[in-house]
Amino acid sequence: METAAEQIPLESFLFVSAILFSLGVFGVLSRRNAVHILMSVELMLNAVAINFVAFSTYTDGELFRGLVFGIFVIIIAAAEVGLALAIILRVFRSRATANVDEVSQLRW
Amino acid sequence: MTVAEIVFYLLALLSIVAAIGVVTVPNVVHAALFLILTLMGVAGFYILLSSEFLALVQILVYAGAVSILLLFGLMLTRGREQALPSVGPGSQWPLGLITGIVLGAVLITAVLDSAWPGDDGQVTMVSLNTLAGALFRDWLLPFEIVSIVLLVALIGAVVIAHHEEEA
Repeated sequence: METAAEQIPLESFLFVSAILFSLGVFGVLSRRNAVHILMSVELMLNAVAINFVAFSTYTDGELFRGLVFGIFVIIIAAAEVGLALAIILRVFRSRATANVDEVSQLRW
Repeated sequence: MTVAEIVFYLLALLSIVAAIGVVTVPNVVHAALFLILTLMGVAGFYILLSSEFLALVQILVYAGAVSILLLFGLMLTRGREQALPSVGPGSQWPLGLITGIVLGAVLITAVLDSAWPGDDGQVTMVSLNTLAGALFRDWLLPFEIVSIVLLVALIGAVVIAHHEEEA
């Protein structure tokens, strides 16, 4: 009885991950709502985590470093969302907007 | 076509369609709901990669906590720009689309053209016991550092979002 991962080539996972990452990049560049940009960043982080876990399962043998890094990616993403939402809330309170184009005071 | 392949293609379809929804729908709340779908699809990928623990963490932390946090953020920043058009004067979405397509083409070409190791069908199953042992023995220092990062981030979030009367 072979496992599910043995029936699917590594490329398939990398392929899906590449598409998810590109969609995330498109989202970050095209959206103007700060929370929406944050969601696109989450897409990119997930694409990276898929890559880590896929490489760990297929190539890293008994070391499974990618698996541990996948866990770290999820932890860092949770910290990032909490911090980013706090900043967005603060900006919204002083500017009454979540549009990143209107928050341009630090731009020269 | 085996069952695993069918499941993989269904999951890939689900997560990619939902991800397209995340970056294209104008309503931000709908985008957040699509994001939950994508995250569930990614959890399915983890199960296919025999990393059940990571799949559980993905559902608990991402689909559960992070998406609820995002929905709360949306609720609290609901303002006049709620129906903010992504198409309009000064909009950079065509450039973003070109960048996304070019990056995707480069990545997919790289994926398809490279000879990846691991095509010999050797797949490692990592049991939860082994993972826990490695995490708390070999990876103890990074684990502790990442806990401190999480703690600092959460304290920072509280401090930043704290409402000051004089501010």
